[in-house]
Amino acid sequence: MSISAIQPVPFGRRLKRFMADRPLIPLIILLVILVVILQVLRPGIVNERWIANTIKFAIPLAILAGCQTMTMLTGGIDLSVGTVATMSAFIMATQVVNQDPAVAFLLAMMPAVLIGLVNGIGVGVFRVHPLIMTLGTSLIGTGCLQVYQRTVIASGAKIPDFLAWLGTGVTYGFPNALLLFVPLAALIVFTLSRTGFGRLLYAVGDSERATRLSGVQYWQVITALYVISSVLAGVTGLLYIGLIKAPSLSLAEPLVLPSVAAAVIGGTSIFGGRGGYTGTIIGALILTVLTTLLTILQMPEGARRILFGLIVLFVTAAYLRIVEER
Amino acid sequence: MTANPLLDATGVAKNYGAVAALRNASLSVLPGEVHALMGANGAGKSTLVKILTGAIRADAGRILIRGEARDVRSPAAARRAGLLPVYQEPSLIPDLDVLSNLRLTGTPVEPFRAWVRELGIPDLDIRDTARDIPLAVLRVLDLARALAVEPDVLLLDEMTAALPANLAEKVLEVVRRQGDSGRAVIFISHRFVEISALCDRATVLRDGETVGVVDIVPGVEEKIVELMLGARIVKTHVAARGASRNAATGRPRLGVRNLRVGTKLNDVSFDLADGEVAGVVALEGQGQDELFSALAGSIRPSGGTIEVDGQPVKFSHPIDAIRAGLAYVPGDRAEALAMQRSVRENIALPFSAALRNWGPINMRQERARVVSAIERLQIDTRAQGEVQRLSGGNQQKVTIARWIAADARTILCFDPTRGIDVGTKQEIYKLLRELAGHGKSVLFYTSELEEVQRVCDRVIVIFGGRVVDIFPVEETDEPALMRAAYGLPRGAKADVGILADPTANISDSTTPVAAP
Repeated sequence: MSISAIQPVPFGRRLKRFMADRPLIPLIILLVILVVILQVLRPGIVNERWIANTIKFAIPLAILAGCQTMTMLTGGIDLSVGTVATMSAFIMATQVVNQDPAVAFLLAMMPAVLIGLVNGIGVGVFRVHPLIMTLGTSLIGTGCLQVYQRTVIASGAKIPDFLAWLGTGVTYGFPNALLLFVPLAALIVFTLSRTGFGRLLYAVGDSERATRLSGVQYWQVITALYVISSVLAGVTGLLYIGLIKAPSLSLAEPLVLPSVAAAVIGGTSIFGGRGGYTGTIIGALILTVLTTLLTILQMPEGARRILFGLIVLFVTAAYLRIVEER
Repeated sequence: MTANPLLDATGVAKNYGAVAALRNASLSVLPGEVHALMGANGAGKSTLVKILTGAIRADAGRILIRGEARDVRSPAAARRAGLLPVYQEPSLIPDLDVLSNLRLTGTPVEPFRAWVRELGIPDLDIRDTARDIPLAVLRVLDLARALAVEPDVLLLDEMTAALPANLAEKVLEVVRRQGDSGRAVIFISHRFVEISALCDRATVLRDGETVGVVDIVPGVEEKIVELMLGARIVKTHVAARGASRNAATGRPRLGVRNLRVGTKLNDVSFDLADGEVAGVVALEGQGQDELFSALAGSIRPSGGTIEVDGQPVKFSHPIDAIRAGLAYVPGDRAEALAMQRSVRENIALPFSAALRNWGPINMRQERARVVSAIERLQIDTRAQGEVQRLSGGNQQKVTIARWIAADARTILCFDPTRGIDVGTKQEIYKLLRELAGHGKSVLFYTSELEEVQRVCDRVIVIFGGRVVDIFPVEETDEPALMRAAYGLPRGAKADVGILADPTANISDSTTPVAAP
């Protein structure tokens, strides 16, 4: 045993093992490479302001990607996060005109809880596939929002000052959104690694039958999970409206698929049981930097999308190859 | 023995990795005979059948069909060579109607219909979707489909299992006639009664080898049992025990009364006391899977009661059984483990199950409990990051360690030593005895009879979904267990063999059970 340990291992394999043990390292390296490319293409672009801006835009994506991470750990997915975020943002912006902000907040979070509950019961109790279930509730939510827009609101919309401050404000060079995000991210990481609920997410995604034989009631876990996911999406919507400042019926919709991509790039398996939130955060940062990079290349929109898709595919495939030990 | 054999296989061997499923099997079937293929669980029957029917390929050996060497590469090739199997699982595609299923295999419809009528199902509508047809009828349809193409050698795997008596009788009749008409049938069955009534000769397999070919004459079942057991017939040492057994406690820990599950488990009653290891002895598919699943809360029984500490209980989810202190260790380790998770998380899994334990984990306390369970079972934790990297034996230990850590009062162990090494087996035997020594109770099903004597206090024999006998392990040896498992009366020797009296009903001679 000791002899083989002393024998020199080829550098390539050693590097691979090193990376496999610390899956975050290759992701961070990739992020740094992207930033360096950006700096080379546009010298001087990477400054304090740019960093703050990137973080500001990465945060809503990272929270939604957190929803995907947690649902994907159980082998699910939550495609309703975009609609839920849009609904809570839209309701907040329109209700705050006439209501007390606290009341408006509660009204804004109501659809989030409701959709989460429906998702959870559909997936956990009636065993509808999460993809179909959340897609369905997402469509229903969008429809309801259209009805709401036409019938309920008489007045205009307004972005509460607090949300604008949280979404766009910068204090001592740090985006204010970090005040929300850092505790939230810490909570998610803690939940996944150090709580019974987090353990169950991994275990259910790995083998539902094994958890059942250990006494785990699947529907409880899944219902709680989708409610949490929806509530996070609702909070993201409020943060995002503070950032974008223009309520619309498709506000957060463009974030849905990137949120899935961020979780996958971050190393969470779409088949369940594997992954974590720290990787997802870096995945969200990578996607945000990549978007900036493609924007400054001044390519036509079509070419930009093609390139974006190709890069996401390539990065995911390469990352899995590096990290998976065979 | 003058006629040339229709099928002649010699020296057939098959390895799965390092495990030899078949070493040196041979089987020779003459025209006009019904030939029984026998062997204990794991002797290699199903591997041999799969090779003969082209489902898998042999590593060595020669297969002659009508004297010609044939390379049976695929089920289609076997079919062309005139070899047709009927397996235990129905083979009709559930979403197609019967007619489409026939077309799929190019089976002629009229002969099929004739055989179906012959087999005692006069009113079959071949437009019925297979899914809507009851299991017993499906099996008969499988047989009719095979008969319709007039195979030279028909291979029947446990054909009469799950058949009601009237259909079974028709099937046996047809099989016998098939033999009389100069074709051949290979008949795999656990039932001596059928074999004696039907078969001309029997080939006995043990540990992947053909150990004997016998003519079926009255009294031969003793010889078959001997052949199946081989040299292991010596009575194994019975572990010292009994000190912890206190018969005075009165109320049993677990009481099962007339338990029924679907058609598989018909009538099972027994008690399990604290400090006792009770062994369940049964051949494959006699209802033991259903019994354990029902006790574990995985499936709901269709009748009868389960009592825990004298109180009747109803389980609708495994959590109910776990709360009652019944922990289930399934035979398939993949079923019990989250393979990508660590040893620690797998052992601690039941701790987090209840809603009130979803909060922060007390890592130190958890670690202490897990480590003590790991030490107790001596789990090799070098690869503890992912359970899937552990050896099979260590994986099995993790599934048991989980319930040691959770301090379950009763452990339901379903074939825990399947496919693990001898050393680990010994450790598991010791552990189960220790548990009993500490006042826990264990219900232990094993496919290896030898283990019953090493581990158990009492033996519960299940045959055809019924408890046919219960006796203390001291009163038995391995041949007796084997006889019991085959539904033969305990202690009976050759002179009162069931073959001497083919009309004897198995259940008549043992525990009284309800007539079917």
